[in-house]
Amino acid sequence: MSAQKADTGHSIVLGKDEPLRLDCGVELKEFKVAYCTYGTLNADKSNAILICHALTGDQYVATPHPITGKPGWWDDMIGPGRTFDTDKYFIICPNVIGSCMGSTGPKDINPETGKPWGLSFPVITIPDMVRAQRMLIDHLGIKSLFMAVGGSMGGMQVLEWAATYPDRVFAAVPIATAPLHSAQNIAFYEVGRQAIMADPDWCGGNYLEEGKTPHRGLSVARMAAHITYLSENSLTQKFGRRLQERESITFGFDADFQVESYLRHQGSTFVDRFDANSYLYISRAMDYFDLAARHGGSLASAFNGTKTRWCVISFTSDWHYPTEASRKMVRALNGVAANVSFAEIKSDKGHDAFLLNEPDFIKVLSGFMAGAARHRGIA
Amino acid sequence: MSAAQHESARKSIRVDLQVISEMIEPNSRVLDVGCSEGELLTHLVYNRNIDARGIELSTEGVNACVANGLSVIQGDAETDLIDYPDHAFDYVILSQTLQAMYNPKDILVELLRIGKRAIVSFPNFGHWRARLHLAIKGRMPVNKTLPYEWYDTPNIHFCTIRDFIVLCDELGITIERSIALDSMGTVRRIRSGLFAANLLGEQGVFLLSKR
Repeated sequence: MSAQKADTGHSIVLGKDEPLRLDCGVELKEFKVAYCTYGTLNADKSNAILICHALTGDQYVATPHPITGKPGWWDDMIGPGRTFDTDKYFIICPNVIGSCMGSTGPKDINPETGKPWGLSFPVITIPDMVRAQRMLIDHLGIKSLFMAVGGSMGGMQVLEWAATYPDRVFAAVPIATAPLHSAQNIAFYEVGRQAIMADPDWCGGNYLEEGKTPHRGLSVARMAAHITYLSENSLTQKFGRRLQERESITFGFDADFQVESYLRHQGSTFVDRFDANSYLYISRAMDYFDLAARHGGSLASAFNGTKTRWCVISFTSDWHYPTEASRKMVRALNGVAANVSFAEIKSDKGHDAFLLNEPDFIKVLSGFMAGAARHRGIA
Repeated sequence: MSAAQHESARKSIRVDLQVISEMIEPNSRVLDVGCSEGELLTHLVYNRNIDARGIELSTEGVNACVANGLSVIQGDAETDLIDYPDHAFDYVILSQTLQAMYNPKDILVELLRIGKRAIVSFPNFGHWRARLHLAIKGRMPVNKTLPYEWYDTPNIHFCTIRDFIVLCDELGITIERSIALDSMGTVRRIRSGLFAANLLGEQGVFLLSKR
């Protein structure tokens, strides 16, 4: 996306007419949703694409990040003539609630106390995030999305959208995701949360009031999670056992190995742009996600009668949300004879492959979109 | 796909796929099992406006299909058909794939569970050239339609047109239409002469339903 076309973002306060009823029972009567848009909504409002971001993603999908200055996380995908062609489609990317990039989350001020929410912020779920997005889509006057698309946690939101508002999602593209968090997924995120909460600067969640930042804990959480985003093969190729700017091991605990240095860098840059409590809340929302459980234990019944055109995409080396998790969704969709495509893309880049320019991934996604656009009459 | 590509797809579609396509009534729901790179699906979707989908084992095939806007899933006919509900489709097609199945009998039953009708095509091992090859040379036939050596062939369950008819009878399957195609693409109705069809047909195409 060229810089002059990049949207720097919008923010809207929702909930005044209709409070956001959270799964935990709390009602949010006023909450913010921050979002970026690209392209133009057509006259009959049929060309809207909702892009849902991942755990540590944000609305800056094709806009330079306001803190890091880095290009948007799908910058290469969005723009005139690109996969998400801004000459054809109107693209909306909202920040999830619970986050720290503009939508209401634990670092915001609780209007009732005048202090940051911290741990008094209600625990949110993936369905809550999607309800908030639905209110944004209502506000934009869009009855039916042409497409909902997202990777990882973004894919969970796509599943939730299509299951909860089947008439409002013409095409759904869940990428590198799962219909539920496995024990292994929960285990890894629990390590991250424990790292944050073990940092004395976390201050029981009140670090903002105490003027501190649990950067060590958050950094370790990011390091642990980052390992799950890469494949063993890609780590080996990238780093092997190579040493970091030294001739030999130092018999100490400094970052002797390049992989250690890399992870420390990933951790330390992450804390500049992310809030520790948001990490707790959003990772919890992912742990709680289990689409089948909310539909009588049957994933197929979550999709019963779906008219949505589906395209499920997984990557061979993704062990965070492996192909088997995607296949589970495909089986459920086949069980209701849904219109579904499913492609497993060969890639050695692990879970993060969905953020990278894998040519086969782009080809499959673009082809599916073109086919769906023809059926939608917006080709 | 451009109009020119559509036109060329219309012209170049293989004769056997043309025969299959003509067996399908308009406005049907179709599943093509083992759809390869989507030649038949493309024809059905873009030229005949049929709601057609596919399953394909090879990722290359799947990627090519989905990249062309076809609804295709990566999957294995022998393990993944079980997920579909009964009579989910009007037609389920198994084109040139039956002979590569571990359990062709189970597959046939499964096709007619998820489809109201099935269309099955396969290379005819009873073709005169195959018989001659075996009889004269004493070796397994290798030719244009059966290009593999015995040790590397994916085709593990060969049958003749007559064998297939016997199996359908055993499984209580009605043969609604049956056609033999020779090497020139000539269409021959099997019913008007099984002996000749089994000798001259390089492949058989059958429209089936459950009795």
